[in-house]
Amino acid sequence: MTFVRPVFRHPESPTNRLGYTRKFYEGALSTLCAGCGHDSVSGAIIQACFEMAVEPHRVAKLSGIGCSSKTPAYFLANSHGFNSVHGRMPSVATGAYLANRDLMYIGISGDGDSASIGMGQFVHAIRRNLNITYIIMNNGCYGLTKGQDSATADFGSKSKAGIPNMYQSIDMAGLALELGASFVGRSFSGDKEQLIPMIKAAMSHPGFALIDVVSPCVTFNNNQGSTKSYDYTREHIETTAAVDFVPLMSEITAQYEEGNSINVNLHDGSVIHLSKLAKDWDPQDRHSAMNRLYHAKASGEVLTGLIFIDTETRDLHSLLNTTDTALNSLGKENLCPGSSVLEDINAALR
Amino acid sequence: MINDFVIRFANVNGTGSASANEMFAKAIFRMGIPVSPKNIFPSNIQGLPTWYEVRVSEKGYLGRREGINIMLSVNPQSMSKDIANVKSGGYFIYDSTKELHKDMIRDDIHYLGIPMMQMCMDKFADPRQRQLLKNMVYVGALTALLDIELPVLHQIIQEKFKNKEKLVTANFEAVDMGRTYAMEHFTCPLKYRVERRDKVGDWIMIDGNSACGLGAVYAGATVLSWYPITPSTSLADAFGKYAKKYRIDPETGKNNFAIVQAEDELAAIGMVIGANWNGARSFTATSGPGVSLMSEFLGLAYFAEIPTVLIDVQRGGPSTGMPTRTQQSDVMIAAYASHGDTKQVLLFPSTPGECFEQTVLAFDLAEQLQTPVLVMTDLDLGMNENMSPPLKWDDSKVYERGKVLDAKQLEDIEYYGRYLDTDGDGIPYRTIPGTHPTKGSFFTRGTSRDEYAVYTEEAPAYVRNMDRLMKKWETAKEYVPGPEFYQEEKQSNIGMIFFGTTTYAAMEAKELLEARDIQIDAMRVKAFPFNESVKEFIDSHDRIFVVEQNRDGQLRSLLISEFVMNSNKLVSVLNYDGFPITADLIRQKIYENLIGKLDPGFIEHEIAEPTDTDISE
Repeated sequence: MTFVRPVFRHPESPTNRLGYTRKFYEGALSTLCAGCGHDSVSGAIIQACFEMAVEPHRVAKLSGIGCSSKTPAYFLANSHGFNSVHGRMPSVATGAYLANRDLMYIGISGDGDSASIGMGQFVHAIRRNLNITYIIMNNGCYGLTKGQDSATADFGSKSKAGIPNMYQSIDMAGLALELGASFVGRSFSGDKEQLIPMIKAAMSHPGFALIDVVSPCVTFNNNQGSTKSYDYTREHIETTAAVDFVPLMSEITAQYEEGNSINVNLHDGSVIHLSKLAKDWDPQDRHSAMNRLYHAKASGEVLTGLIFIDTETRDLHSLLNTTDTALNSLGKENLCPGSSVLEDINAALR
Repeated sequence: MINDFVIRFANVNGTGSASANEMFAKAIFRMGIPVSPKNIFPSNIQGLPTWYEVRVSEKGYLGRREGINIMLSVNPQSMSKDIANVKSGGYFIYDSTKELHKDMIRDDIHYLGIPMMQMCMDKFADPRQRQLLKNMVYVGALTALLDIELPVLHQIIQEKFKNKEKLVTANFEAVDMGRTYAMEHFTCPLKYRVERRDKVGDWIMIDGNSACGLGAVYAGATVLSWYPITPSTSLADAFGKYAKKYRIDPETGKNNFAIVQAEDELAAIGMVIGANWNGARSFTATSGPGVSLMSEFLGLAYFAEIPTVLIDVQRGGPSTGMPTRTQQSDVMIAAYASHGDTKQVLLFPSTPGECFEQTVLAFDLAEQLQTPVLVMTDLDLGMNENMSPPLKWDDSKVYERGKVLDAKQLEDIEYYGRYLDTDGDGIPYRTIPGTHPTKGSFFTRGTSRDEYAVYTEEAPAYVRNMDRLMKKWETAKEYVPGPEFYQEEKQSNIGMIFFGTTTYAAMEAKELLEARDIQIDAMRVKAFPFNESVKEFIDSHDRIFVVEQNRDGQLRSLLISEFVMNSNKLVSVLNYDGFPITADLIRQKIYENLIGKLDPGFIEHEIAEPTDTDISE
């Protein structure tokens, strides 16, 4: 287990717009290994939701199976959670989203869950563009079954036993770009400065928002020669831009350097501010984002940051022309055609 | 032979014959005579043999009957087999545009040649029209040969091609050509013919898949997720069709439903579970291979207690099996779908009317019991236009949403545990995500948990949960429909049990056996779990025939395993060749078992079925 959380909280802990303290956004105590990257991601989610003043009970958090998929128990205790079956979270999330478009959806998955057993569902959830923040806690290995290579383990990356991976890896961010994802980001569990605003931006994005988070496995894949270790990631990290997220209803207080920065305006009025932009890259141009990602990969760098965003995206409900009211709140009066219609149907079948 | 014969049409698929054949059956139905049409089709889109068989039965026998009295053949590919299949003394009506080879001539049947293609070539210019209208030429000829009332057929054509005057005219012309030719060349009518009756009452003709789709609309289903598979595809299509008609918000024009064609069956059922978890009524439709794939999720829904509705339109298995043939062979996999100790609620409709009714019921039961409910239809019921009592709806009906706590109720209770057996019936209280800021949220999981939905591997907590699920299963016996009995009180020591589409054939067999002084009590099982009256029926009879359409006697096995009983008194009567079971077969097997020899009456109907070994999947 990671840590023993202090029970005492300062009575004057800061509160957010809704009057909730950060503690209100926490979950059960984590049972993951001490130092697990996933716990940092959970922390970032808690912080992002606290800062965004999200109503926890209006969030649904869903996951598949694996170490990463355990984490929804460790944040947002007042949200409904759904720990489904291995690799199948995207379909469960799709159904949930179809039933109620008014909740915020956070999907938590891992590299085994999304890149192997659940690859089909991952791919199709992107195609359908459901409105979800989809976080892959990517550690290149199967932690819960003691460290087998996963499909995102880089070619040549060495496992704890020192054996290099002989298969090509799957780049989840690259794949999402290829599939037409409308928000693609990559981050590192050890970089809260970047991860928190990125989660906030993803939550505000009205479509499928992927964040592929390199989240090292301290027990099975943090050795020398692994390309998903803390050390390797820190040494090879390269960012597209510094991300700051300015939610609607907040004053812009941060001061940004002039030039070499852009604002991406979201439809809900919030703004993603990107500064210190990487060269030859436009976050709203899929082609250049793919190029950027490819070049980083070819040179052994871990590209992080917001890689691509399309603010003009149409999500699943829009594509299906579903009514604005959540489907789960429609009553019999909206749903049942009644007996006289059935009489007509019967008559036409005689 | 008035109003009692079987006619089979031998066509090529993709040539528009289905629509003409349906109009033929509908015309007889509208003359007040019971009909039972069945498609016998290949897993193919165009160019292979397909048959359409209509049993005409004044007595109202709607099961399939062997022994074809009239074969209408327009398909040279299957012609030799089609000729062989005509019952002695019957008729072979064919397209004589090409002369029949002398090898095709049998001396015990009548041949009626009509140059259908030639007539269409002479009359119509458009090649596609020639092909389509050829079908109407033979329907026209049949009006004369079988004495079908022409105005009835005309009316059907007018309804079918409403507002398409040109098509009506062309179809009328084709019908007239066929009719005139028949009257000029043959003695009309034949010995097999129809005569107006008043035997269909207020019944309708509809396929079971449409009835299920419509049932889902009436039940308030808002989310359908499915993956294309024969023979359930037309069920999803029907839901879509009716939803587009009756579920569009009048003010905004937006949909009060969502349909997603999933990437596979796993995702299809996953979406259904996600939507139901989130408080929307959601369902999927599939067939055997889909049920195999969905088993993992069905286990989750059973264990995590999430309402789920699945309609299984069964086809011939195992594996890809016979995709376009019928069977009742998913009973076992459905009853115990998924690994570990699971039990699933099943419903067994036998008519389209019941397809509608039980689909509605499935949504109620799934939410009341918080578990998957599988509606077990089959290809015969799902894809054929079956005669059925009219669909019924009571406007005062309330959707039974089961034990769901709203914000007010959560506010008022002291504490909440998702899996607490508060009422002692094994059914806990659900909450829907988003209901209350601080109360009622829980973590749904497929792992073992305690009464408060907290993960645990503590043995007592696990056992308590499994035992509560068993208690819920016992409760389910009071919720599901009980069996239907076909006698008011016990008449015999011999019993017969059947379900679903076996019903008509079984009931006909019962009458046939009665005519040979063999009295049998009959019971139709309508649901699993079986309730106590099923057991009582078995206990009160010495020998019971379990009639079903699979090789392994799956219902019989289920009865034995659920009641932990001596299996000797349950005798299987089975048909698993992919064709709907017949009364003759049932009668024969029961007679043989009881009397120890063949029933002589059986032989006359024993005729080989067409085989289509060259048909690819």
